Amino acid sequence: MFNFGVVTNWINELLVSVMPQWAATLIECVVIGVILLVLYALLALFYILYERKLCAWFQCRLGPMRVGPWGLLQVFADMFKILIKEIIPLKNTDKFLFALAPYMVIASSVIMFACLPWGYGLQIIDYNIGILFILAVSSCGVIGILLAGWSSNNKYTLIGAMRSGAQMVSYELSLGLAILTIIVFAGTMNINELVWAQENGWFIFKGHIPAFIAFLIYLIAATAETNRGPFDLPEAEHELTAGYHTEYSGIHYGFFYLAEYLNLFVVSGIATLMFLGGWMPLHIPGWEGFNAIMDYIPSVVWFIGKAFFISFVIIWFKWTFPRIRIDQMLAFEWKYLMPFSLFNLVLMAVFVALGWHF
Amino acid sequence: MVNIQEKISKICPSATFEEGENLLVVVPDKDWYQLAKALKEDADLSFDVLSALVGMDWKESIGCLYYLTSTKNNWNIITVKVVAENRENPMLHSVSDLWKVALFQEREAYDFYGIKFINHPDMRRFFLRNDWVGHPLRKDYDANPELNPIRMDDEVNEDKTCAYVEKDGKVVKVEGKVFEEDEYVVNIGPQHPSTHGVMRFRASIDGETVKKVDVVSGYIHRGIEKLCEDLTYPQTLHFTDRMDYMSAHMNRHCLCMCIEKAMGLEIPRRAQVIRVMMDELMRISSHLLSFGCMTMDLGATTAFFYGFREREQVLDIFDKTCGARMSMNYNVIGGVVADLHPDFAKDVKALCKIMPERLKEYHKLFTGNIIGQNRTKGVGVLSKEDAINYAITGPSGRASGFACDCRKRHPYSIYSELDFKEIVYTEGDSFARYLLRLEEIEQSIKILEQLVDNIPEGEIRAQVPKIIKLPVGRWYQQVEASRGTFGVFIESDGNKNPYRVHFQSPCFNLVGVMDLCCKGQMIADLITIGAALDFVIPDIDR
Amino acid sequence: MKREDFKDNEYIDQLVEELNATGANVVVGKLDQLLNWGIANSLWPLCFGTSCCAIEFMCLGAARYDMARFGFEVARNSPRQADYIMVQGTIVHRMAPVLRRLYEQLAEPKYVIACGGCAVSGGPFKKSYCVVNGVDQILPVDVYVPGCPPRPEAMFYGLMQLQRKIKVQKFFGGVNRKEKISEFFAKHPELEGQM
Repeated sequence: MFNFGVVTNWINELLVSVMPQWAATLIECVVIGVILLVLYALLALFYILYERKLCAWFQCRLGPMRVGPWGLLQVFADMFKILIKEIIPLKNTDKFLFALAPYMVIASSVIMFACLPWGYGLQIIDYNIGILFILAVSSCGVIGILLAGWSSNNKYTLIGAMRSGAQMVSYELSLGLAILTIIVFAGTMNINELVWAQENGWFIFKGHIPAFIAFLIYLIAATAETNRGPFDLPEAEHELTAGYHTEYSGIHYGFFYLAEYLNLFVVSGIATLMFLGGWMPLHIPGWEGFNAIMDYIPSVVWFIGKAFFISFVIIWFKWTFPRIRIDQMLAFEWKYLMPFSLFNLVLMAVFVALGWHF
Repeated sequence: MVNIQEKISKICPSATFEEGENLLVVVPDKDWYQLAKALKEDADLSFDVLSALVGMDWKESIGCLYYLTSTKNNWNIITVKVVAENRENPMLHSVSDLWKVALFQEREAYDFYGIKFINHPDMRRFFLRNDWVGHPLRKDYDANPELNPIRMDDEVNEDKTCAYVEKDGKVVKVEGKVFEEDEYVVNIGPQHPSTHGVMRFRASIDGETVKKVDVVSGYIHRGIEKLCEDLTYPQTLHFTDRMDYMSAHMNRHCLCMCIEKAMGLEIPRRAQVIRVMMDELMRISSHLLSFGCMTMDLGATTAFFYGFREREQVLDIFDKTCGARMSMNYNVIGGVVADLHPDFAKDVKALCKIMPERLKEYHKLFTGNIIGQNRTKGVGVLSKEDAINYAITGPSGRASGFACDCRKRHPYSIYSELDFKEIVYTEGDSFARYLLRLEEIEQSIKILEQLVDNIPEGEIRAQVPKIIKLPVGRWYQQVEASRGTFGVFIESDGNKNPYRVHFQSPCFNLVGVMDLCCKGQMIADLITIGAALDFVIPDIDR
Repeated sequence: MKREDFKDNEYIDQLVEELNATGANVVVGKLDQLLNWGIANSLWPLCFGTSCCAIEFMCLGAARYDMARFGFEVARNSPRQADYIMVQGTIVHRMAPVLRRLYEQLAEPKYVIACGGCAVSGGPFKKSYCVVNGVDQILPVDVYVPGCPPRPEAMFYGLMQLQRKIKVQKFFGGVNRKEKISEFFAKHPELEGQM
């Protein structure tokens, strides 16, 4: 496996050798920031195309075809369009909060994005409470949505925001408990250590039944957290026209749109990290040759590939299931999913205590 | 018939009778309510469905015609003519507390003729703007465009209602309110993805629960009935395709039959078979669209595309024979306009072959889905009594246990010879309506299979005179359109254009139960109920 | 589609000529081209159907015609996020202010397609007491698509004409837009001030 840390260290040393430490750090921060934002934008654009193509194939259509080969340039056209679209100022709204909301949403999404481990040695910050930090930041996004709904001074957006608040707060619990189950198993919250702990097999295989259950719970809760179908109530196109972002136009709407897709990538990335070994290739203990072949595939490819696969599953949900109703959604979380994840957590603790795992 | 006549004259001695297509009772307004009550409640009469309410302007007087149907006595139809005493300020007694369907029907008559209904709780305009001058279907309506220009200022919500109540022999105007001031009213429509057109609901909600729905219609009211009065009979035909565009063939079939009935025209067998086959194809296409739209409104977008895939196949058949995908303009007075395309039988057989498999696919995709079932079961329940009271026909009525299929009750064309089942459910919820539509597709396939190999040779059109004039009189014809019983009323004064045409659209009644069905349900259910009732807005507004 | 296959090349040529009369900076011109390419290829419709044409529009989105191929499939329900209104169906007096309001809620750049006989001229209901005889009486229209209802192919043709029209417009300075609106007011002086 190629350690990308070698490259980054080399760059760091190069910089330090020609300038003082603080300047080097500053340059590195700026470069990393720029790279992150570009990557963020590109990935979001890719995801938009990915979903549009996938849903077209589910629906016996072709999807974007005319703009560029197989419609590859479609999203760039959309991007140019949305960049120059007029931003409509509204009367009788809370102007500051109205303008703040999309930035809250996108900021929380970018910060989560920054915490993901991309490959061997490709991680920006390595906290000892990395996962907790991601969870904490992810809850900030909901403030943006609530603000958007509230400040628009529109009944649809307000209903959308209220739904979103109820939904996010509820499903955060299951999401957290599912992750907690894995933390109990791994014994660490450090992202890097989590990945290395899966060297001899991903947690979903190692963790026995509770890990698998946690994976399912996580998938459901993550779908709800990202406001995607069948949990797309805050947007619920057919009920609330466009939900909480009904009143947003131009790039402000674009932020919501981008954040929605990127959050999909982020939750897929976390699922990859927690259950499918992060960037760790598929290793099977004892099969040295097999493991060596798997190591030839770069770690970045592993990570992105797994994340795309999980995203595919979540997109598949959206284009298959009807939308759930608000009371059913809350009942599902509080009556079934949450008690079940609590039970699962206890189960995992028992398994870990008795050593019943691989 | 004699029995009914005797009975009515016993209840209401002032009634006079006219023989016609069916028995016509003429009563003065002062005895009308008492007679109406008897007509509905008397066990021998029990006319429990108000099939149509036609406002009329006979130049010297203004009044209404009521077409009543008895579900218990052999689906008899009786017509009651009530004339208002005063032409300038016409007033009639409301029957909206007997037949709930009259709640909206009477508002329509008020809008068109200015007839004020005494004791009707909510006498607002239904189709036209609040500030509209005049009542357009009156013969003395001033059509000067300066009186009613295109007003570009936003219409003010009319929250005040007014009712005319009889007090000590005098009629008093009583004002009321649609919504209380502290209610949270959400406006759904007219531009909204799930109202299936430009319908507007004002829903008062409490959290997510709907407390009351106020229907505001008329955003696509084109005044078809008025337009028909200036056109010759063959010219009126094309409007039917554009009312309920999802049952274009049936609607047109109905108008053609009504005119043919008045002319006493015999239709060649081949034309009849072709018409019935086209009707059933249209029904399949319509139900497929309903399936698609309902699933899409529930969020299962993919199912929509599957429904449309098969619908395209039906449209191809129309395209080849009629030359258009929608608004086919195929039926004409006396038969059909063009002969079948040589591929017709082949295409229909191909459709009949694939449909059962495709239906299974739909069931797999949506019917069995637990979320789909939870969203539709027990949502928008309509009891059989309410269905009859609100005259809900078609798939929605049959889902409530009201066996109202016009093809069985009043067999027209060649339906009496065909073998098909009338599907009736008793649950009355959205899920039953949804399932019933899919099963009706199977029945339509069955009808098509019976006919496709037995299309007789012969003329496709009967000989009709160049200028069609109907004798003096009135006719009412019903067919089973894809959303319920579609009725056409024609009154002729012997000229080449009709004196009055009224289209009794099934969707008009469907939208009347929105308030009843949605009360106590969630906002999301409002969408589900609307999709399951499946009204087509241009059919309501006409 | 090839240029020769379109029917009204003269109109586009004339439009280009008029626009180029003032001349343009090379950089601005290139940037214009890029942005126009973006706008033309990402036309998001507002779901606005009043009658039959709306059903044909649904067919346009469904699998056989699949407007997603052109990138038109992101139908927005909120006018703030849509790029054009395709007026599908009759506009009656009661609907006219609503349509105008929707048009005003659209964010620039915005376009209007009058789709179907009713939207073009009132169609079969022209003589009615409450039908607006053509949406061009209340909105500036970019493309007319006749038919009752137009086939999906015709709608595609109309949309592609709109794309062509967008590709020659000048985004910077908003030459097109101002002219369009001033022309419109010249024709309908009574509406000025309401807009």
